[in-house]
Amino acid sequence: MYDTPDLERTTVTQEVKISARNCQVFYGETHAIKDVDVDIEDKTVTAFIGPSGCGKSTFLRCLNRMNDTIDICRVEGTILLDKEDIYDPKVDPVQLRAKVGMVFQKPNPFPKSIYDNIAYGPKIHGMARSRADLDEIVEKSLRRGALWDEVKDRLKEPGTGLSGGQQQRLCIARAVATEPEVLLMDEPCSALDPIATAQVEELIDELREQYSVVIVTHSMQQAARVSQKTAFFHLGNLVEYGETGQIFTNPKDKRTESYITGRIG
Amino acid sequence: MTDTALSSAPSAPRKGGSLLELDARTKRRNAAEARFRIYGLAAIGVGLFFLVALLYAIVTNGVGAFQQTSFELRIDLRQEVLDPEGNGKIEDIQQVKTFAYAPLIRQALLDEIAKHDIDTPLSEAKVTGFSSPLDKLFSSGAVGNLRDRVLADPSLIGQTIDMRVLASSRVDGYMKGRVSRESIARDKNLDAVHLDLVDALIADGVVTKSFNLAFITGPDASDARPEQAGMGVSMLGSFFMMLVVLFLSLPIGVAASIYLEEFAPQNRFTDLIEVNISNLAAVPSIVFGILGLAVFIQFVHLPQSAPLVGGLVLTLMTLPTIIISTRASLKSVPPSIRDAALGVGASKMQAVFHHVLPLAMPGILTGTIIGLAQALGETAPLLLIGMVGYIASNYPDGIAAGFLAPNSAMPAQIYEWAKRADPAFYERAWGGIIILLVFLMTMNIIAILLRRRFERRW
Amino acid sequence: MSDSMKDPHIVRSYDRDLETIQALIMKMGGLVEAAILEAAQSLETRDEELAESVRNGDRAIDELEEKINEEAARLLALRQPSAGDLRTVLSVMKISANLERIGDYAKNMAKRTGVLLQMTPIDGSAGATRRMAKAVEMMLKDALDAYIQRDTELAQDVRLRDQEVDQMYNALFREFLTFMMEDPRNITACMHLHFIAKNIERMGDHVTSIAEQVIYLVSGRLPEDDRPKADRTAFETSGAK
Repeated sequence: MYDTPDLERTTVTQEVKISARNCQVFYGETHAIKDVDVDIEDKTVTAFIGPSGCGKSTFLRCLNRMNDTIDICRVEGTILLDKEDIYDPKVDPVQLRAKVGMVFQKPNPFPKSIYDNIAYGPKIHGMARSRADLDEIVEKSLRRGALWDEVKDRLKEPGTGLSGGQQQRLCIARAVATEPEVLLMDEPCSALDPIATAQVEELIDELREQYSVVIVTHSMQQAARVSQKTAFFHLGNLVEYGETGQIFTNPKDKRTESYITGRIG
Repeated sequence: MTDTALSSAPSAPRKGGSLLELDARTKRRNAAEARFRIYGLAAIGVGLFFLVALLYAIVTNGVGAFQQTSFELRIDLRQEVLDPEGNGKIEDIQQVKTFAYAPLIRQALLDEIAKHDIDTPLSEAKVTGFSSPLDKLFSSGAVGNLRDRVLADPSLIGQTIDMRVLASSRVDGYMKGRVSRESIARDKNLDAVHLDLVDALIADGVVTKSFNLAFITGPDASDARPEQAGMGVSMLGSFFMMLVVLFLSLPIGVAASIYLEEFAPQNRFTDLIEVNISNLAAVPSIVFGILGLAVFIQFVHLPQSAPLVGGLVLTLMTLPTIIISTRASLKSVPPSIRDAALGVGASKMQAVFHHVLPLAMPGILTGTIIGLAQALGETAPLLLIGMVGYIASNYPDGIAAGFLAPNSAMPAQIYEWAKRADPAFYERAWGGIIILLVFLMTMNIIAILLRRRFERRW
Repeated sequence: MSDSMKDPHIVRSYDRDLETIQALIMKMGGLVEAAILEAAQSLETRDEELAESVRNGDRAIDELEEKINEEAARLLALRQPSAGDLRTVLSVMKISANLERIGDYAKNMAKRTGVLLQMTPIDGSAGATRRMAKAVEMMLKDALDAYIQRDTELAQDVRLRDQEVDQMYNALFREFLTFMMEDPRNITACMHLHFIAKNIERMGDHVTSIAEQVIYLVSGRLPEDDRPKADRTAFETSGAK
């Protein structure tokens, strides 16, 4: 009588995009990340949750070698992207960051026009041969960032003139302009109001059809809403990693349950 | 939370006391704050008072330098004096020296006396000859001016032309109130007779004070001719020096700053450099002068008193200022911009040059212009390289000469004038200060405008 | 789904999750309605196979209830619904529990029918039973319609119709008493028939509960007045001496 929508949860595993084994991160003498093993799948949203200072942002920044900018930070272990070790001495971090894009907590558009914000990445990576190519890339990226309709007739206006949610979507569009394969997001919604947050979450849902998205969030509820797989970090260790529905209804580790129910900070 | 020990004191607030009544503690605090506000206002008042007093002194003392007394005369350029051969050849005319021109001016003055029917013993003064009592009324450079004018346009010979002849510095002083009848009693430059004549001529409008453009554009003059002294050449000297400072210190300072801020590794050596840069900013400027003498003049053998050398010395002095202000600007760019650029895949160099530097530009420009303004007013380093005391009397011909020919600088010129005995030079020193201040104000206004123009919100 | 008359959620997958769970309820409701009618029909037409299929069909109903609970728990954990969305999920959980009980009663009816078919039929009873079952099935259908359309008036109407079902049960109760007093050999059959009638009456109460959930869903509170009850059999004393 009534059609039941397909209830099959995507229990079909996607192929592994990033694989970390025995990963350690040291800040000087402090051992910040300990023995992390995780497989991040393609075309999936993976959420990293955990209390403050548990190392989730640190680990995220290892995935595109942003930790290189911090002198006292040392990374050991292997992190493979498409089976290639990203910490191999032959790898240029600049090239890596074209493949692994990043969106930050506070929206940080360049103080240039909206067009130039998006065009900067493709320009320095030589992805456009002509002005027409660049125009096309800008439009494609803005569409993917769910921003095209709102800004298509004011591309020359400064990026900083947009609202908070629009700015963050601009940053996301900027990140996808370089045709990355992985998108890293470090608490992308923490500076946004609830409506803007919902818009960004809907965008993330659309993006996972094409990219592997890893999102660090201090809001468990956001991780529950947005991700298909969740990893719980605590004091530098990866405590549990599994399918989001299972983690939030029936976690295997006691620490995960304590954190999710609000019993430990 | 509430101190029960204090509650016995009569000034402690009663629990549940009315808000509409101020308790004693609040009253005391309000009184203290009011007193502090008054102290602040008083401090500002003192500062303002001294500022106003300074400006008043400068303006009243210096504004006189912009006006110069001169005689309006009609000079008959008699051909038999100036061009005896009558052939109009320039070489022959040039043979006629200033000695020959003097009688013409004297005659013109006598004509004026006669025309206005002035009764004065000087109307009997002789016209020809090497000297005449009338000469004391004119500037000793007046004949030179007349000759220059004729040589520039020989067709004037034979005509009667109108000319403003510069009055001598004593006459000028008399017009401006520096010189009084009592003071000339002991002065051999001028007698009462002259002053009477001048009074009569003032009444008839022959002697007037007019705006002295030559003060701003003209070259410096010797001790004897303060009425002809001008800032023009030393302004050029300062200008060329500023060019050197700008084109050397800006790139070097900004590049050094960028390196220290973005690329230098964090080790003891870098710390040492940073400490020393801050210390350099505090080194007395005369030390730089000695350095300039030793390195640029004696070792590299650059020409003495050249604006190039002055510029190099001032570059060394301004570099620490520019480096420090550039570093402050670079530090003020939020790291989120750098992160964003790196996240998109820019290299460190690209991130700095495409993003950080443009945002730091207002601060850098401001620092540079302030550094330039400071350099503009420096005298001590120029002392030892020979730019102080050099009489800047010749315009440099050509750009290369502008850098390499000996010259002076504005503050040095002011110091020079202040040293000389003649009170006319003293007035000119104040006038020079006014010009210098105008320059500095202009540079500061440019700094503000540039900063506004490049300010970008992020 | 009338909820889409309100603005959709910004995150569209949330709407999809809510629609999924409501579609499951409707599917379960459909199965239960069919079970009621078939159970009654199997008694009237003395169809053993139909009764058998009703008994087997209860498994599907139970599985659906389990699935709905699982989905509801997941929705609560992952979406943290509030206000109307929260009431939607809570009402779905309660309605599925009610439907599952109705399904169990239908299965029980079919079981007793299986036994009854081996005895001689009692005249007239099957028809009355079937009419009562039909009334309950109509109530259920209307209750589910009221749920989809968020129609509180229809739901209130359903609540009131339970009185008719109760009265039909009263009548059947007296009739069976009469039959039993007439001929003691009828007692076994009448007992079974009585239980069947009781089951149907209980189904009616559950349907009323569903209707009350609809009112809760729309207005945020359960109806304040007492349920209209007309079942007087608890106070009947006639015939027993």
